[in-house]
Amino acid sequence: MPHQDRDLVIQALRNPPCMRSWTPLQFDLLLRQARSSNLLGRLGALVEQHGLAAALPEGLQNHLRGAQRLLNTHREQVRREVGHIGKALAPLDVPLVLLKGAAYVMAGLPAEQGRMFSDVDILVPRARLPEVESSLMLAGWIGTHQSAYDQRYYREWMHELPPMVHMTRETTLDVHHGISPLTARWPVSSDLLLAGIVPLPDTCGTPGLSVFAPVDMVLHSMVHLLLNEEFANGLRDVSDLDLLLRHFGAEATFWPRLVQRAAQLGLQRALHHGLWCAAEVLLTPVPADVQQAVSGWGPASIPAALVKASWRRALCAPHASVADAGTPVALLLLTLRAHWLRMPPLMLARHLFIKTFKLHEKRPAQATPQ
Amino acid sequence: MIVSDVPFEDLRQRMRTGGVSIRTGPVAARIRSSVTAVVKGVHLHYAQHPLLGDDAFTDFHVRVDPPLGVRRWFEPQVLFSVDGERPFTPLPSDQGFPMLEWGLNFCMSALCDQYLTIHAAVLERDGLAVLLPAPSGSGKSTLCAALAFRGWRLLSDELALLQPESGLLLPLPRPISLKNQSIDVIRAYAPQAAFSPPVTDTIKGTVCHVRPPADTLAKADERAKPRWLILPNYVAGSPARLTPLPKASAFMALIGQTFNYNVYGREGFRLLADLVDACDTYGFTYSQLDEAMAVFDELSRTAAVHG
Repeated sequence: MPHQDRDLVIQALRNPPCMRSWTPLQFDLLLRQARSSNLLGRLGALVEQHGLAAALPEGLQNHLRGAQRLLNTHREQVRREVGHIGKALAPLDVPLVLLKGAAYVMAGLPAEQGRMFSDVDILVPRARLPEVESSLMLAGWIGTHQSAYDQRYYREWMHELPPMVHMTRETTLDVHHGISPLTARWPVSSDLLLAGIVPLPDTCGTPGLSVFAPVDMVLHSMVHLLLNEEFANGLRDVSDLDLLLRHFGAEATFWPRLVQRAAQLGLQRALHHGLWCAAEVLLTPVPADVQQAVSGWGPASIPAALVKASWRRALCAPHASVADAGTPVALLLLTLRAHWLRMPPLMLARHLFIKTFKLHEKRPAQATPQ
Repeated sequence: MIVSDVPFEDLRQRMRTGGVSIRTGPVAARIRSSVTAVVKGVHLHYAQHPLLGDDAFTDFHVRVDPPLGVRRWFEPQVLFSVDGERPFTPLPSDQGFPMLEWGLNFCMSALCDQYLTIHAAVLERDGLAVLLPAPSGSGKSTLCAALAFRGWRLLSDELALLQPESGLLLPLPRPISLKNQSIDVIRAYAPQAAFSPPVTDTIKGTVCHVRPPADTLAKADERAKPRWLILPNYVAGSPARLTPLPKASAFMALIGQTFNYNVYGREGFRLLADLVDACDTYGFTYSQLDEAMAVFDELSRTAAVHG
């Protein structure tokens, strides 16, 4: 049986009313699969939207209620964190772009529904990074990953600073200056992205915030999906993408702009894969002319078949009931591919060697004078 | 159907293969284990618990099994997992049943945000409940076990479940856990109770479990209204004494024992404040169980007379 048939979360996401006919045992499995994929909250939101609560066992209704509480707490926490970040960076008058979950919450997008948040991700111009980092540190955020190797990995090669943690609130903040690593096969111009950002109204709660233009938000979600090195949140990430596409795609001009922007940013391959994943897993409606336009942007047929077979396994609930013998191989393949996309081969080989033998931990950066 | 309707060998076979589904009040667990000590513990302590069908909905799927590897041949260990997640490191295999109990407690405190879960004992008499929040080592378990066998209905010896919609406490019928000296004390106090063999050298010392009295299960669906909030403290040689506790102190102590207070935020503050407002709040020191029982009997009697 193909995984998607065993994956009740996917079936529930695709067609919530189908749950009306499910047995207690199916709901038992659904609970466990949804818990493992961090989608209990999203499931709860769908149940409420479609008025399906009465069809569920009371125990499951209880767990969905419990997940809702946790989500509400996380959402409030994100709002507060964004407020703190905005306040710390306000004097710099720097474009402050919210990414991913924080963007969905502050912009009030459907993709924020039922989503659990942990870190806040922001993007600022690379040239302003030193001031941004200093201001954040003055406001109480501390850098992590202090080994000299890790610092270099992030600062020279990746598109983000090492994650910062606030010293009293213990919240995590990722400061990006791009959406793909500097060393990546698909370098993406941050200048172009910044030129398209959309300011959020001050009524969102914190002044001075922006988010990506819809097409860029979608493309970023696709890049994030494809550069993922682990897939515990794979299904959740493709669910986010599905919600973004359905929301923005309701407007007819969105689709041609999406195709155009992908070409402009050099993200044709990402768009091809991203649309395929969303349609394959969650039946996201994609207009025929768009499918036509991106059909030529995929890889050659043999790698394509392999990659697609791997995606089918990775974009499922990470649960033993869904996995099969091919799953570990598929995940490994996609992880290697993500590494490959992030870094040129020699650099990658060196990086993996160092990480495997933990050589980066031997010489911590000297933070204080001798 | 209850667990004791199944012969031991059948139970062992079922637990080794798909597991058995057992209801414990508002939640049900599917329990799987190939470890004999665990099967024996379930057979003894969950004898009166409802046994659900294999096609029933359950809240957690838990396993206590030896981890994979060569160690199974010398110094065998057991590992607890809930649906593939392993929250604890392995323990020696004679600690299998305590590990199951600790694991089920973990499930309640980490995976049940539909309730405010509080590290406290809860008992009820004539419809009114006493809540005994306390850190380990305060003598709460000994006191709770004694009360359970002297006319108070046990809701839980370890985990109070506060239902946010109603402000009531829900029962969680599970074995009572005792450690170290309290094992002998309660054995003397309630010799008729069903004790498991003690398990030594655990992280908490010597541990054993006691099957809860019959009314714990008979009233597994009856919620209780909190009436007294008492912070117990065993002090050797002290007389049994209730000391009125300022509500603010009781409130802070209660928050300190609430596992998922951070999930509830502002609403958690209001729920716990309402609970404290509705209760008479005391500190309680004791050393002799008979004296302690008399104090609690008096509390109950006074409430019955005066309301």
